[in-house]
Amino acid sequence: MTFPSRVPEPYGQNGSANLADILERVLDKGVVIAGDIRINLLDIELLTIKLRLIVASVDKAKEMGIDWWETDPALSSHARRDELSRENAELRARLAELDDGRYAGEPEPAIERGRAREEPS
Amino acid sequence: MTGLRYVYAVCRPFDAPLQAQLTGVAGAPPRQLRHHDLIAVVSEVPERDFAEEPLRAHLEDLDWLTATARAHQSVIDALTVVTTPLPLRLGTVFRDDSGVRVMLEDREDGFRRTLDRLTGRVEWGVKVYAESEAQEPSQESAKVASGRDYLRQRRRSHRAHEEMWVNAERFARRLHESLSEFAEDTRLHAPQNSALSGVPGRNVLNAAYLVPRARSEEFVELVDRTKNEEPGLRVELTGPWAAYSFSGEENS
Repeated sequence: MTFPSRVPEPYGQNGSANLADILERVLDKGVVIAGDIRINLLDIELLTIKLRLIVASVDKAKEMGIDWWETDPALSSHARRDELSRENAELRARLAELDDGRYAGEPEPAIERGRAREEPS
Repeated sequence: MTGLRYVYAVCRPFDAPLQAQLTGVAGAPPRQLRHHDLIAVVSEVPERDFAEEPLRAHLEDLDWLTATARAHQSVIDALTVVTTPLPLRLGTVFRDDSGVRVMLEDREDGFRRTLDRLTGRVEWGVKVYAESEAQEPSQESAKVASGRDYLRQRRRSHRAHEEMWVNAERFARRLHESLSEFAEDTRLHAPQNSALSGVPGRNVLNAAYLVPRARSEEFVELVDRTKNEEPGLRVELTGPWAAYSFSGEENS
C-alpha cells in the first residue's frame, strides 16, 4: 500500500519553495505536449515581462532578448568590470568634490594609484 | 459529459489511493485514464476557463496563474508520494478522454523510455544565496577626513565585496560538484531574481539534482552539512519534486 522507499519529509512545502520555484517548474519544465487547446506559453505576455524572468530558462530568455544576469555582477565577470569602472568614475567624482573644497591641491597620483589598485588582477 | 480534460502527468498505473480531498486546477478531483500500461492523470475543467481564448486571458492574470500553478503542483506532489509521475507543463488541455488516449498512443514509446529512466527518482532543488549586506564593513564608515581616506575606505570595502563574490562563486561551484557526484543527473537553472522571488540575498546557484528515493535521505544530509559552512552564504533545499527538470526525452 505504502510506497516502499524512504523519502525525507518534504522541504519547503510551505516554507522555502517560493512561488518562483513552482512557476519555474510548472511553466518552464515538464513535458511539453500540444493539447487540443493550443497555447504557446512563450507567446503569452504573462502579466509582466518580469514574470518571464522568473520562469524563463537561460536559452529561452536569450531568445526573448532577456539577459539580466549578464549585467548582474554576481553572475558575470564582464558585468563586474562594468561595475568597477562605474564605481571608479563615482569615486573620482567624489574625490574631485572633496578636493574642490578643503583639500584643493591633493596630489593627483593618489587618484591614479587608487585606480590602478582597483583593477581586477 | 461536458468540460475539457486537463492533463497533469503521465505515469504507470498505481493502486495506492491519492490523498483524500485532493482537487485539481478547477476543483474537480483528478482521476486515472488508462491506455495500455500507461495512465494519464486528468481532471475535468470548464470550457469557460480552459478553452483557448479564456485560458490565454487567464494566463495574463497573476492571481489566476498562481492559484492554478499551485493546484497543478499539489496534484503532482500527491502523485510523487505514490508513484513516479512524468509531469506535463501547465495548461495541457484536451477536448475529451479520447483526445488524451490518442496522445498517449502517439507518444507511448517515449513516455515509457522516460518513465523507465526516472522511476524511483526524485528531484531536489538547491539554491545558494549570497547575503551581500552582511559583508559590508560598516564599523569604519565613521568619518572621512580626506579624499585619500575616502578612497582608501572605498577600496577596502570594494575589495571585501569582490572577495565575497569570488568566495560565493567558489563555494557554489564546489557544492555543485560534490552534489553532482552524488546525483544521477543535474540541471543548472537561471538564477532567480531576488526582487521577484521575494527571497533575500542574491541567487548565485539554482540547480536541480536527480536522486534515487532510496538515497534521498543521504542527499539531504549532504546538503544540510553545507548549510552553515560559509558565513554570508545561504543554502536552500527544496523538494522532493517530481523530476520536472529531467522529464525531457533527450537531455536538454
